[in-house]
Amino acid sequence: MSAVATPVAASSSRIEPAYAPSGISEPFWVKALLVTVALAFMTLFLFVPLVAVFFEAFKKGWEVYLTSITEPDAISAIKLTLIAAGISVPLNLVFGVAASWAIAKFDFRGKSLLLTLIDLPFSVSPVISGLIYVLLFGAQGWFGEWLQAHDIKILFAVPGIVLATIFITFPFVARELIPLMQSQGSEEEEAALVLGASGFRTFWHVTLPNIKWGLLYGVILCNARAMGEFGAVSVVSGHIRGQTNTIPLQVEILYNEYNFAAAFAIASLLAFLALVTLALKSFIEWRLHHATSQPDQE
Amino acid sequence: MPPRARGSFRVMPGFGLSLGFTVFYLSLIVLIPLSAVFFKTFTMTWEAFWNAVTSDRVMASYRLTFGASLIAAALNVLFGGIVAWVLVRYRFPGKRIIDAMVDLPFALPTAVAGIALTALYSTNGWIGRYLEPLGIKVAFTPLGVVVALTFIGLPFVVRTVQPVLEDVERELEEAAASLGANPWQTFARVIFPTILPALLTGFALAFARATGEFGSVIFIAGNMPMVSEITPLFIITKLEQYDYAGATAIAVVMLLASFLMLLTINMLQAWTRKRGQPEKI
Repeated sequence: MSAVATPVAASSSRIEPAYAPSGISEPFWVKALLVTVALAFMTLFLFVPLVAVFFEAFKKGWEVYLTSITEPDAISAIKLTLIAAGISVPLNLVFGVAASWAIAKFDFRGKSLLLTLIDLPFSVSPVISGLIYVLLFGAQGWFGEWLQAHDIKILFAVPGIVLATIFITFPFVARELIPLMQSQGSEEEEAALVLGASGFRTFWHVTLPNIKWGLLYGVILCNARAMGEFGAVSVVSGHIRGQTNTIPLQVEILYNEYNFAAAFAIASLLAFLALVTLALKSFIEWRLHHATSQPDQE
Repeated sequence: MPPRARGSFRVMPGFGLSLGFTVFYLSLIVLIPLSAVFFKTFTMTWEAFWNAVTSDRVMASYRLTFGASLIAAALNVLFGGIVAWVLVRYRFPGKRIIDAMVDLPFALPTAVAGIALTALYSTNGWIGRYLEPLGIKVAFTPLGVVVALTFIGLPFVVRTVQPVLEDVERELEEAAASLGANPWQTFARVIFPTILPALLTGFALAFARATGEFGSVIFIAGNMPMVSEITPLFIITKLEQYDYAGATAIAVVMLLASFLMLLTINMLQAWTRKRGQPEKI
């Protein structure tokens, strides 16, 4: 697998090293120093910013917090974010399953090229991902005149936001499933097919149970990115309050208006989503590890 | 990939359907839209293109974007390497939580990271107020860009080095020790060469991600033209001035840079895999 992306499940196969003989283990003060440096770095760059989000969000108390996240513009931003994720995640899920089936179960020419192309959206700057839709659907764009003539709005409207989100989250499910399905091979499916199961039945009863955790893993990461995307959506949204603002865009507007309490209140929803994502991710990694270490148990 | 029995071609169904849909969806969502960027630049004359991508303001933005990305990626190699080392080799309280938290920059939306870092490093922020008397300004300076890019690049080095470090054979270390190497020599001569490709891959991944980053940077950067304006922001500025061609020209330069990095990363990853496998004697 290639490209700029989430390195996956690196921590799933944790093996505690056996107790090392004293000859090759470094002195205690080196260990203590390294652990301190690592903890200090993590605290400074990860924990403190995360705590700051919740601290700033609740600085002015519960009431301000609750009004901030329930005012009409905030509600409409939350709705739009749910719509964008609700459309892009299932579409990329279907794509991910189809792509991994084609790539893992068959040999064909140009497979490695296809793999590289699937990862492409990861290596494109989010701003450029938004720009391409301006070039396609903007007033001067390829389809600009036709869209205006038929009174269809894509750019600076909900469809543009959905399209940009689909582009940004395009590889997430596929890149989780492809290595998983490749490692599982096709023997089980072949057995089912030989015994007379239809292709769809084989997929539903044999393949799907095998890949369900990997699938969920991809969906969770895909969803986190879909709800949190800022750069690409910012280019195509037009920033119309209460209409084309997703949660991250609403955060930006409030922040630029120096309405920090409200900006951090809405941001805290996304930070909470991030924490839930991390927790689910750790749980699934544990399940995946469990499944691979005990393959015979149901 | 293991070689597959020829027979599977006949047994397994759905090849045409799954590959057809994959290629169709890929073209519709990624390839055709992305090609628009290149077609748009073909409408420009070479001179107009060259002027757009080499103006003083855009050159300053390249220097900031690529310079800050390099520094951030280097910081991540150093500290991410230490984090990976500590997570793999030592036991300490809270290790599991630290391990899970490494992925926070992937899960936390960039805009949230941006406002949080800005609040921390501004002059009256939790961290900024201690740096202010020392004469160090982070928020609204290029240094702020480095801080944001370090944050978003953090998981890349840790997650590429971690699995390689786990696979380092303890026997090799024991052999080195029994031949009289001290721990430092064992690290420098045995462990470091093994994890070097992974470190470089992590560096390249963090660097590539940083050059395109937008959301976390714009809040903390201050966005002054020629000083703290990153290239992705300059593309947006061009778009807001309805200079679509100019924006696209700069986008093409950025895209070519990312393709180059993609190629480098693929080569580094192939090297990592080769290094990772124990050599057959």
